[in-house]
Amino acid sequence: MHILKLIFKNMLRHKLRSFLTVLGIAIAVMAFGLMRTVISSWNSGVEASAANRLVTVHAVSFIYPLPLSYQDQIAKVPGVRKVSFANWFQGIYKDKDQFFARFAVDPDNFFDLYPEVVVSPKEKEAMKNQRNGCIIGAKIARTYNLKIGDLMNIDGDIYPGQWQMQVVGIYHGRDETSDETWMLFNWHYLDEGLKQASPGRAGQVGWYIVDIGDPNQRAAISAAIDNLFTNSPAETKTQTEKEFNQSFVSMSGAILTAIDVVSFVIIGIILMILMNTMVMTARERIREYAVLKTLGFSSSHLVSLIGGESLLISSIGGALGVAITFPITSGIHKVVPPQWFPVFNLETMTVVLAAASALLAGVLAAAFPATRAVQTKIVDGLRQIG
Amino acid sequence: MSLVSVQNISKSYWRDSQEIRVLTNISFDIAEGDFLGLMGPSGSGKTTLLNLIAGIDKPTKGSITVSSTDISKLNESELAKWRARHIGFVFQFYNLMPVLTAFENVELPLLLSKLSKKERREHVEFALQIVGLGDRVHHYPKQLSGGQEQRVAIARAIVTDPTVLVADEPTGDLDKVSAEEILKLLERLNTEFKKTIIMVTHDPRAAERAHKIRHLDKGELS
Amino acid sequence: MKIPLTYTLKSLWTRKLTTTLTIGGISMVVFVFAAVLMLAYGVEKTLIETGSDENVIVIRKAAQAELQSQIDRDAANIIKTLPELAATPDGKPFAANELFVLINIFKKGSGDMGNVTVRGITSESMLLRPQIKILEGKMFTAGTSEIIVGSSIAKRFQGCTIGERLKFGGNYWTIVGVFDGNGTGFDSEIWGDVEQMLPAFGRPVFSSLTFRLKNQSDFDALKTKIESDRRLNYLEIQHEKEYYAEQSRLMAIFIRVIGTVVSIIFSFGATIGAMITMYAAVANRTVEIGTLRSLGFRRRNILAAFLIESVLIASLGAAIGLFTASFLQLFVISTVNFGTFSELAFGFTLSLAVIKYTAIFALGIGFIGGFLPAVRAARLNIVNALRAS
Repeated sequence: MHILKLIFKNMLRHKLRSFLTVLGIAIAVMAFGLMRTVISSWNSGVEASAANRLVTVHAVSFIYPLPLSYQDQIAKVPGVRKVSFANWFQGIYKDKDQFFARFAVDPDNFFDLYPEVVVSPKEKEAMKNQRNGCIIGAKIARTYNLKIGDLMNIDGDIYPGQWQMQVVGIYHGRDETSDETWMLFNWHYLDEGLKQASPGRAGQVGWYIVDIGDPNQRAAISAAIDNLFTNSPAETKTQTEKEFNQSFVSMSGAILTAIDVVSFVIIGIILMILMNTMVMTARERIREYAVLKTLGFSSSHLVSLIGGESLLISSIGGALGVAITFPITSGIHKVVPPQWFPVFNLETMTVVLAAASALLAGVLAAAFPATRAVQTKIVDGLRQIG
Repeated sequence: MSLVSVQNISKSYWRDSQEIRVLTNISFDIAEGDFLGLMGPSGSGKTTLLNLIAGIDKPTKGSITVSSTDISKLNESELAKWRARHIGFVFQFYNLMPVLTAFENVELPLLLSKLSKKERREHVEFALQIVGLGDRVHHYPKQLSGGQEQRVAIARAIVTDPTVLVADEPTGDLDKVSAEEILKLLERLNTEFKKTIIMVTHDPRAAERAHKIRHLDKGELS
Repeated sequence: MKIPLTYTLKSLWTRKLTTTLTIGGISMVVFVFAAVLMLAYGVEKTLIETGSDENVIVIRKAAQAELQSQIDRDAANIIKTLPELAATPDGKPFAANELFVLINIFKKGSGDMGNVTVRGITSESMLLRPQIKILEGKMFTAGTSEIIVGSSIAKRFQGCTIGERLKFGGNYWTIVGVFDGNGTGFDSEIWGDVEQMLPAFGRPVFSSLTFRLKNQSDFDALKTKIESDRRLNYLEIQHEKEYYAEQSRLMAIFIRVIGTVVSIIFSFGATIGAMITMYAAVANRTVEIGTLRSLGFRRRNILAAFLIESVLIASLGAAIGLFTASFLQLFVISTVNFGTFSELAFGFTLSLAVIKYTAIFALGIGFIGGFLPAVRAARLNIVNALRAS
C-alpha cells in the first residue's frame, strides 16, 4: 500500500460528496473557460491585427470621410509600401439585427494588404471587373446560405438608397483567428451611386490602410502622414491597426471588465465549494489524524494526506470542466449569430488558466483544514468522537 | 537498569485561567519485560500518565526516559519519529481506519519505515498470525467483531516491534469472552515475545493478568 | 409538533466555518446574478428614460439612429407647420430640428479617446426636455460658439469643464455650462446652437426633428400624412420613447443573453454547494435525527427542519450578495452604444424587480439544494440512526 491509496480511498469515502464537489468544480471551471473565451473573442480583432499596417482616419472622428486624393500623397511618404482604403458602409440587410460588417473597399489592392483574407485571384478579378460585385466571408455565406451568383439587397443608411450586390467570391480566413464575417464590395460602385445621388459625398473614403515594410518605423511614418495634412480641412490621425482596433474594444471596455471580474469571482466560488468539502472532511477525521500521529506519522504526512485529497478532487473537477468546455464553446458558437462573436475559439491559454485555477483552489482549500489537523493535539484529537 | 523511568512528573491543564492538576510528582520505573497495570477510578489521571509515556502528550514538569532517551526534551517531529520506532498503542475503541482492510491497517505504521513491499507483507502477515487473524486479512473493520477489531489494532501496535506496548482500557468496549481473549493475547505477547506492556484499566480481572499493579488516585501514585 | 427554530440556528452556529463558506459561495453567485440584472436594467433605464412619452422624433427611414439620419431644411419646415403640432407658450411650433454628430475627445485617466455625441439644438429643445437642468454656469447664448456639456462628460473627459475650449468642426467652442439630464443619455452629450454647428461641420441638413403633438391620438393620422406626402415620405416618425428603447435593445439583449447563461451555470454551482453542506449536515446529525424521531417528531418535521436550514443559509447568502451588489450603484460605467457608436454612461441600477428576482433565485437554490438531503434525513430508520456513531 502507498499513501496515495489512502488518499484515494478517503476520497471515495463520501462518494456523493466527492461527486458533487467534482461536479461543482467542473461547472465552475467550464464557466470560467466560457467567460475568458468571450473576452478573448472580443479581443480577437486586436490580436489578429498586423504589425505592419497603419490606419489613417479623420482626426475628429472616424465617422468623417477623407478625400480620395490623400491616397497618392500618403503613398509618397518614405517607408510606405502600399496604400489602400475602405468605407464603412453598414446598411440594412434583411432586417436591423443582421449586423455583420460591410465595407466598400479599394478593389485594386485591398487584398494585397490583407493576406489573412484568402480568396482566389479569379474571384478578386471578378470583383474588380464587376461594379456591384462583392466577396463575402465563409461564415456569412453559411449563415445566409449564399453562393456565388446570388444577389444581396441592401438598404443604405449611411449611404441612402437601394443597393444591390452580387456575390462573386467567398473568402476564407487564413487561420482560426481570422474574421470570416465581412462583406467586401467594390468601392467604385458606392462612389458612382454617390455621384448621382449626393455629389458632395463622392470621391471620399472612410479610412486609409497603409502597409509599411518595417513595423519599427511606425511612429515616424504615422507622424509623417499626419504632418502632410496639418491645417487642411481634413486633418488625419494615423495609428497602428492594433491601436485602431483597440479603440473599438475599449469603447465597450466596461462590459469586458464586468465579465473579467465575474470570471475571477468564479475562482472564488470554486474555492468555496472545495474548501467547504475539505473542512467538513477534515473535521470528521480529526480522531483518525490523531491515531495516525500516535502511530508516528508526522505533520507533513497529514498535510500531504489532506492536500493530496483536495488536489485529487480539484484535478478531477478541473479536467472534467476543461473537457466539457470544448463542446460547450463550440455549441454556443453554433447557436449565437456569427456576427456576435466572429471568432470564438477556446485558446490554449484559457485552458491553462482554467486548470491552474482549479489546482490553485485545490492547494488553498487544503490549507486551512490541514493547519487545523496539524495543530490539534493528539490527546484532544483522540477525545473527539466521530 | 529500568527501561522506562518516570521522574517527578506533574501535569496540569489550564481551563478558563484555572489550573487543573491531573498528576502530581509521580516517579516510578518499569523494567524491561514488565507487564504493568495502572489502575484507578475515572479522572485519576491514569490515561494522562499513559499518554505521557507514549509521547503523545508532554508533562508540565519532570522527565520521562525510555531506553535512555529523555522524551520530554524531544520536539514535535522527533517525537513522531520516536513513537513510530518505540511505541505500540492500543486504544479502547480500536481506532482503525474504516476505509482500510485489516492488512492495510496493520501495514500503516510500516509505511514510515524503509522496508520493502515484500518485507512489509511478511511483517504484516506475521503480526496478524500472532493475533490469530491470519484468515481475516482482507476484511474491513466493519466486517469484524469488536474483539477482532481490537486484535487488528494489537497487530498494528506490534508490527513495528516497538520497545513498549501501551494499552488504554483495551477491554473497555468488549464483552467478557472477547475481553478474555484480548487479555490472553497481551499476556502471551509479554511472556512469549518479551514485550514490555503498560496497560491502563479499571477492570480488576484485567489487572490480574499484569505482573505489577500501580494505583493512581487524584493524580498521586499509591 | 414542530422542531424549534433555535435547534436549526444552533446547528448552523456549531458548524460556523462550513456555514460561512456555504453562505459565502451563495452570496458570490447572488452578487453576480444581481449585478447582471442591475446592469441590464441600468442600460434600459438610461436609454428609455431619455425618450419622453409626449415627444415624437422624425428621422430618415433607413437610418437606424440619428447618426445616419438626414432631414433637409425644407422637409423640417413643412412638418413644423403641420396643424397637428403643439405650440410653445410664445406661439412658435413646439419642435426642434437638431444635428447629431460624433467627435473624439481624450478620456480622463487614460490615453484612450472616446466618441462623444455633439447635439446642435434650438431653444425649443430645452422645452421638449424639461428634465434638463443647468447645474453650473449658464445656458449657451444662441448665435455664439458657446456650448454646454452633460454632467457625465464633464466628469469623464479631459478639458470639459467650464471656461475651457474644445476644438471640433474647424472651430473653437467655449464651455459655459454643465447640465444634468437626470440620469438620461443626454448626460453623455455636448450641446450647442444648431445654426452655429451646421456650417462648422459643413452639413447642409439636420439629423432629426423632435416635436410635440397637440393630441397624442393624432400620431397615427400624422404618420399616414407624412408617408403619403412625396416631399416627406423618406422620413419616418416614431414616439421618442420607442426610438430610445430600440437603441437599448441590442445592448440589453446582449447583456441578458450573457447574463442568463452565466446565471444558469452559476445556479448549478450554488445548488451543488448547498447540497454538499446539507448532506454533510444530515450525515453528522444522524444520531440527533434518530433521537428527535424517538422523541416523537414526525418525518415531515425532520424534512421541514432541514429545508428551513438550507433556505436560511441561502437567504443569508442572498442578503449579503444583494447588500454587496447594491454598492455597485456607486459606479458609473461607460460603454459604446452599438446603435450610435457614441459613449454612453450608465450605472448599475437596483430596483424592486431586481431584488425580487434575486430573492427568488436564491431561495430556489436553497430549496432545491436542501431538498434531497432533507428527504434523506426524513427517510432515516430510527433504530439505525440511533446506532450510527
